[in-house]
Amino acid sequence: MRKLHFHPCGNFNERYEQELTIFESDFGRAALFAGLVILFAVVPYASGPYLLYVLNTVAITAIAAIGLNILIGFTGQLSLGHGAFFGVGAYAAAILSTDAGFPFILAVPSAGLITAMVGTLFGLPSWRLKGLYLTIATLAGQFIIEYLLVHWEGLTRGTMGIVLPGISIFGVALDSDRSFFYIAYITLIIMTLFAVNLMRTSYGRAFIAIRDNDRAAEGMGIPILSYKLLSFAISSFYAGVAGALWAYYMISITTEPFNLGLSVEYIAMVIIGGLGSIAGSIYGALFIVGLNEGLRWLTGILMSVDIFSAAGLSMAPLREIAFGAAIVLFILLEPRGLAEVWRIIRSNFRLWPFSY
Amino acid sequence: MEFFFQLLVNGLSIGFLYGLAAMGFVMIFKSSSVLNFAHGELMALGAFVFLVLISWAKLPVYVAFPVALIGCFILGFVVERLFLRPLIGEPLIYVIMLTVGLASIFKGVMLFIWGGNLYTFPDFLPAGLALRWGNINIPPVYVVSIAVGLVFLMLFGLFFKYSSQGIYMRSVADNQPAALSLGVHVRKVFALSWAIAALVAGMSGIVLGTINGINVHDLSSIGLKVFPVVILGGLDSIGGAVIGGIIIGLLETFTGGYLSTSLRDVIPYMALVVILMVKPYGLFGLVEIERV
Repeated sequence: MRKLHFHPCGNFNERYEQELTIFESDFGRAALFAGLVILFAVVPYASGPYLLYVLNTVAITAIAAIGLNILIGFTGQLSLGHGAFFGVGAYAAAILSTDAGFPFILAVPSAGLITAMVGTLFGLPSWRLKGLYLTIATLAGQFIIEYLLVHWEGLTRGTMGIVLPGISIFGVALDSDRSFFYIAYITLIIMTLFAVNLMRTSYGRAFIAIRDNDRAAEGMGIPILSYKLLSFAISSFYAGVAGALWAYYMISITTEPFNLGLSVEYIAMVIIGGLGSIAGSIYGALFIVGLNEGLRWLTGILMSVDIFSAAGLSMAPLREIAFGAAIVLFILLEPRGLAEVWRIIRSNFRLWPFSY
Repeated sequence: MEFFFQLLVNGLSIGFLYGLAAMGFVMIFKSSSVLNFAHGELMALGAFVFLVLISWAKLPVYVAFPVALIGCFILGFVVERLFLRPLIGEPLIYVIMLTVGLASIFKGVMLFIWGGNLYTFPDFLPAGLALRWGNINIPPVYVVSIAVGLVFLMLFGLFFKYSSQGIYMRSVADNQPAALSLGVHVRKVFALSWAIAALVAGMSGIVLGTINGINVHDLSSIGLKVFPVVILGGLDSIGGAVIGGIIIGLLETFTGGYLSTSLRDVIPYMALVVILMVKPYGLFGLVEIERV
C-alpha cells in the first residue's frame, strides 16, 4: 500500500503534476467520499419536503453556475446572457419532451446540446470583439432570446407556458422530490467532475491562458476564437442541462423567470463563490439560494408583524437590497469569494497554533 | 406622410433623450473604462430627488433643478468614495459587478420609499414653448429637453477639449499608469468623473421623468437601453453617444409605428449585435489596434 498523503505545512510541490492533483491529500478524498455517502444515504431521508426542494434548487443552480464560471472565471469572458441560456435549455427540454416525445434521459442532454449551439451563436461576436464590447453583445443576446421565448408562439406557446410530462427513466416513474434529488445530485457530480478535469487538460490551460493575456495566448499558438467559442459552448451546455432539469422539476414553465435578473444572479453566484473555482460555484449557488429562501422566510415573519403590515410596506425591495449588498460586500471585502474564505478557515485549522 | 413626420419628430426627440442619458455613461467609461450598470438607477434617483423638492418641499423649478443636480453630484462623489475607490487596480469584472450590486441596492431603496408606482411632476413648463409646424406637434417638454441637452453637450465638449480636468480625464482613460506617472491625480479624476456622471444622469432622469413620468422600473430599463446607444456611437465618444441615441430612437419609433410595438423594445439590441459584427468599435469609437 502506498503512503497516505496528508496536508504538508507548506508548499512542497516539486512537479506540475502535484499542482494539478484534484485532492491535495488522501484525507480530503476520504472526507469527500464520506460527505457523498452522507449526502446520498442520509440527507434525502432526513430532510422534509421543503428542505428537499431547496437542496434540489441548489443542485440545479450549481450546475448552471459552474458553467458560467468556466466562461467567466476560467476564460475571462463576462457573459450577461446566462439566464437566457438557462431558459433556452428549459424550453428545449419542454419542447422535446412534449412535441417530439423524447424521454427524460435523452431530452436533458439534447437540451444541453441545443443550448450549446445557441450559446456558440451568441459567442460569435467574440470573433471581433473582446472585453466589455463582448459583454454588451451577450446582454443583447439576453434580450433577444427573452423576446423570442415570448413571441415565437409557434414554438414556445408564448406566455401560456408548457407543461412537461413526469420524469421516468426506462419506464420507471421518478417524480417524487426524493428521486429528483438523486437525479440532480448525480448530474451535478458528473458535471463537476467534468469541469474539474477539463481544467487539468490542455483545453483548460488554453482557457486560462486566454483569460490571463489573450495576446500572449495567441502568440503561443492558441487559436483564440475557437477556444472562446468552445468555452461559450461548454458554458451554455451546462446552462442548458440545468435549465432542462429545472423545467422537469417545475413541471410547467413560463417565460418570466429567464430575465436579466437571473443572469445577474448567476454572475453574483460566481463572484460570491469565487472566480475560477469550481467548488466556489457550488458554494455561491448555495449562498444565493439560501439568501433567497432566507429572505422569503424573513419577509413572511415581517409581514405578520402588525406594524409592518399596517404601514402597508412592501417587503419585495428587501430582496433587492440584500442581494445587492451581498454582491457589494463580497467584492469589497473578499473578492476571491467563499472558496477563499473556506481555504483560509481550513488552513487556520491546519496550521494552528503556529499559523505562519 | 404626416404619420411618418410625426414618427420622425418623436424618434428624434426620444433619441436625443437617449443620447443625453448615454452621456453620463460615456463619462464614466471615458475616465475609468467601467460599464456603469447603475446608470438607470442614478437617473431615477435624480428624478425622485427633483420630485421630492418640487412637489413636497414646494420649491420653484429654478431652485429645485440646481439643488437636485447638486444632490446628484454629491451622491456621485459618495458612491465613488465608498465603493469604487477601494477597487482601483482590481480587475474590471469586479468593478462592473459592483455597479450591478449598487444598481440592485438603489433600486431596492427606491422601491422601498416610493414603491413601483408612476409619479408625474406638476406641470411647470409654459405651453407657449410648443412648436407647431403644419400638423406636426412638438410638445414643450421636448423643446426644453432638447435645449437642455444641447447646452450640456456643448459644455462637455468644451470641458473635455480645453479644461485641464477634462484633459486629465482623457489621459486617465487612455492609459492609467502613464497618467499616474505624469502626475495626474487619478483618484481625484475618478471622483470627479463619477460626480459629473451622476449629475448628468440625474439631469437626464429629470428630463425623461417630465416626459414619461417617473417609475423606478421604466427608468432603470432605460439605463440598459443606454448600451446599444453607446455601442452604436462608440463607447468613448460623447458626440457619438448623441448620434447613436438619435439613431436608436428613430429605429425604435419607426419599428413601433410600422412593424409592431412588441418588437420596439428589442430592436435596439438586434441592431446592436449587427453593429458589433460590422463595426466593432462603433461609429465614432476609438479603434484599438492589436498586433500579435
